[in-house]
Amino acid sequence: MISELGHFALILALGAALIQIFVPAYGVWKRDPRALAVATSAAQTQAMLVFFAFGCLTWSFVYSDFSVAYVAANSNLELPMVYRVTAVWGAHEGSLLLWVAILGGWTLAVSIFNRRLPADITATTLAVLGTVSVGFLLFMLLTSNPFDRLFPVPLDGKDLNPLLQDPGMVIHPPMLYMGYVGFSVAFAFAIAALVSGRLDSAWARWTRPWTTTAWLFMTLGITLGSWWAYHVLGWGGWWFWDPVENASFMPWLVGTALIHSLAVTEKRGLLKSWTVLLAILAFGLSLLGTFLVRSGVIVSVHAFASDPARGVFILGFLTIILGASFLLYAWRAPKLTSEGEMTLFSREGLLLINNVFLVVASASVLLGTLYPLLVDALELGKISVGPPYFNAVFLPLFAPLVLMVGVAATVPWKRAKLGDIVRHLRVPLIIAIAAAIVVPLYIHGHAPVAVIAGGFLGFWAIVTAVQEIWRRMRAKTTLSAGLFGVPRGVWGMSLAHFGLGVWALGVTFVSSYSVEKDVRLSPGQSIDLSGYEFRFDGVEPHVGPNYDSDYGTVTIEHHGEVVATVHPEKRLYRATQQMMTEAAVDHTPLRDIYVALGEPLSEDASHTGDWALRLYYKPMMRLVWLGGAFMVLGGVLAATDRRYRLTRAAEANVATNSAVV
Amino acid sequence: MRYLIPVLILAGLVVLFAAGLKNDPREVPSPLIGKPAPAFNLKLLGEEGSYSNADLKGRPVLVNFFASWCEGCQVEHPVLLKLAKESNVEIIGMDYKDAPEDATQWLARHGSPYRKVILDNEGTAGLDWGVYGVPETFVLNADGVIVYKQIGPMTEAAWREKIAPLMAGAAK
Amino acid sequence: MRTLLLLLALLPSLAGATMAADVAGMDASQEARYRTLIHELRCLVCQNQNIADSDAPLATDLRNQVRRQILAGENNQQIKDYLTQRYGDFVLYNPPFKLITLLLWLGPAVLVLLALVMAYLFTRRTRKPSTATALDEEKLRKLLDENK
Repeated sequence: MISELGHFALILALGAALIQIFVPAYGVWKRDPRALAVATSAAQTQAMLVFFAFGCLTWSFVYSDFSVAYVAANSNLELPMVYRVTAVWGAHEGSLLLWVAILGGWTLAVSIFNRRLPADITATTLAVLGTVSVGFLLFMLLTSNPFDRLFPVPLDGKDLNPLLQDPGMVIHPPMLYMGYVGFSVAFAFAIAALVSGRLDSAWARWTRPWTTTAWLFMTLGITLGSWWAYHVLGWGGWWFWDPVENASFMPWLVGTALIHSLAVTEKRGLLKSWTVLLAILAFGLSLLGTFLVRSGVIVSVHAFASDPARGVFILGFLTIILGASFLLYAWRAPKLTSEGEMTLFSREGLLLINNVFLVVASASVLLGTLYPLLVDALELGKISVGPPYFNAVFLPLFAPLVLMVGVAATVPWKRAKLGDIVRHLRVPLIIAIAAAIVVPLYIHGHAPVAVIAGGFLGFWAIVTAVQEIWRRMRAKTTLSAGLFGVPRGVWGMSLAHFGLGVWALGVTFVSSYSVEKDVRLSPGQSIDLSGYEFRFDGVEPHVGPNYDSDYGTVTIEHHGEVVATVHPEKRLYRATQQMMTEAAVDHTPLRDIYVALGEPLSEDASHTGDWALRLYYKPMMRLVWLGGAFMVLGGVLAATDRRYRLTRAAEANVATNSAVV
Repeated sequence: MRYLIPVLILAGLVVLFAAGLKNDPREVPSPLIGKPAPAFNLKLLGEEGSYSNADLKGRPVLVNFFASWCEGCQVEHPVLLKLAKESNVEIIGMDYKDAPEDATQWLARHGSPYRKVILDNEGTAGLDWGVYGVPETFVLNADGVIVYKQIGPMTEAAWREKIAPLMAGAAK
Repeated sequence: MRTLLLLLALLPSLAGATMAADVAGMDASQEARYRTLIHELRCLVCQNQNIADSDAPLATDLRNQVRRQILAGENNQQIKDYLTQRYGDFVLYNPPFKLITLLLWLGPAVLVLLALVMAYLFTRRTRKPSTATALDEEKLRKLLDENK
């Protein structure tokens, strides 16, 4: 019954979404305020219905209703409750419902927080969001219904994929989807600008907080995904340039370009059609990601079980929505003219260069991800494009970006004087170079060129970010005036750039100084790795809620003192009979020690004899995710800046209009 | 007009994806097509002596990599039996990474379409032939050159549409 | 059936034994080469993994092959050639620089140069012409002079 209610709710939501599109569209066309107002009520109704449907599916999982095919395929009586709930988004159909539910959430937010927007812009924006909803709802109802029943009802389910039975699964997909879906708001605002022919600083000011919020969720989702892969996959890696990872990284890169471009458009009214294009691109890449992951055209550990019919639907949807958007862009964008001069050596000029590198980086990732498909489609053979390519191509594009991060904050708008800039940056330059040489030498005793280069970039971003805050605070008279007087947007920017530097440091150190060893140990035997002594204390059988495991104990000592006792496991999940490596990580901010069980080397079934183990020493590994966390925090601060919360009256004083059709 | 560039790029990508939906990204084509069969010299199952790549020349043959532990091999087995019996196709079996006793038992139970069964216990021949999963079947012409590779189980359709014509053309 | 299960049970332990023995007998530079190579070679039966991280039997076989060839004195290119002869370019995660991959390898560099040039030209285009103002001033002065 619950399942049918959920299904029905989706159908009603489709109806509400159709109303959400067509009535406001009519209202914009005929300038009818009542029709425009329908947008909000239709949108809120649709959101509520979708939340209800999501609740129905969650209910079915919580109460283990195996008559629902999706529940039977992804759950099990022994599955712990927390994973029963996360199993809702564990496979294709349910994750689509999560997508649609999150879209409902963003739609609801836009329908509430739009006091400062003209009625026709709100209506157009909600109508565009409605088209996205219609696309995904139709996709679910026609090809991927999570509420399909299963008869005869099985006594037990097939269980959630063991790789997904991890805390990472609880939070990574929702956060990532918040980002993917959130870019649809910027997209909708961009379409509204094209349709209305109006794009001014006020438009940029409305769009920025929404876009920054989507961006920070995307950053959080990607960071969590990397952290999760590290813990779960057992090979110590944290980024593989896998097509599905790239599918999230490309919209992130373009989204980063977008938030910077919006700054230029807001401040100086420049780059209008470029900003609109970026907004369409960012969301377009999100849709592309959806296609790549669910259609079966690429091979990935992350890919959902594919079905060409589904692939055809998504491709069709993608073609229609992006085709219409780009055609609208080609038609209307030339009318979004900007008045104003831009020179390269100014903040807006440097931000333009920033955009160049970010967009080319995204294009390069796209090229590498799609190239095997291209070669195969042209029947020229089969090739693979993996980490060696992406690292070779991405790092040279990334380095100039980090350099500019340090410069851009000190460069003023409109025109900069080289002498001033050099004076400002002399001290950070010296500190960064010194730190890049001294720190690795001190910690590790040797500093290869790659480390000094990467270290310089990281320290450069960190020191210049700190300097910016320092400079601004010093201009105020008291500490509290300094802390609260500096705009949140500036705090956010500095913190995000600081995070970028921390990330760069983490990547540099982990890439150059990681040590990995495969060993064979008997219980009681010890081995040394990078100054740490690892004593294998044997393996004993354990029984978990839905798995049986070989539970290992390894004691780690440093200079004779016990530093940690870790428990790597090899789990056999009973329902699926799938083996999982549960790596054990001991971490401090400065280093990770990672131990994974390989295979039992003794012949007896108890597995209590010798084992093959994999040991890793990874310095500064935490900085990779800490950097991401700082970027997210920076985004939160930037999105909640006071000037986005101005009233309508104050708004009128601030707005500068230009270019009307 | 430069404003049309995005929609043109989109059009190109959509065409690419439409074409991509038809292909299987996991299938790895063989670089050995058109090349002579890789050299090997291995023992036979159930008889004395050995077999080498030289013995594959002189007439078109199918070389079928299989194993007793392989599920897909069970699926294709009836097709192979039919080919051997009704179409009189010469199929040489390569027992890949298998224990000889297991292979003997398996063939006794399911029947054998093979004129000869070669023992590739270590998988060295498999490595040289670019085998990445069993079953795989190679079609050789009379000169011992590989003209086709069937990846995965042999099917009646594959035989009819692709392999039979090749073998007919190759019989000289 | 029992034999099958026994075989399957043995396979993982065989893989484990090889894993630990993987680097046995290699000196430091050989071990470094080994590690780099196994991270650059693709496991053909896996869902996008290299042979270093995969537990699949084929991955183990390929790691063994790489190890054997390093100990036999072959250089990296020879080992890669050996594998591409049998499996094609698909097995390399680092795509070779050939005619088909020209666009792949040169694309990003060409794109970034093109984009930088376009950005520069764009800023030139936004420049306000100052000559018109000078001419207008000239005309204005003339008119004023005439009407004096």
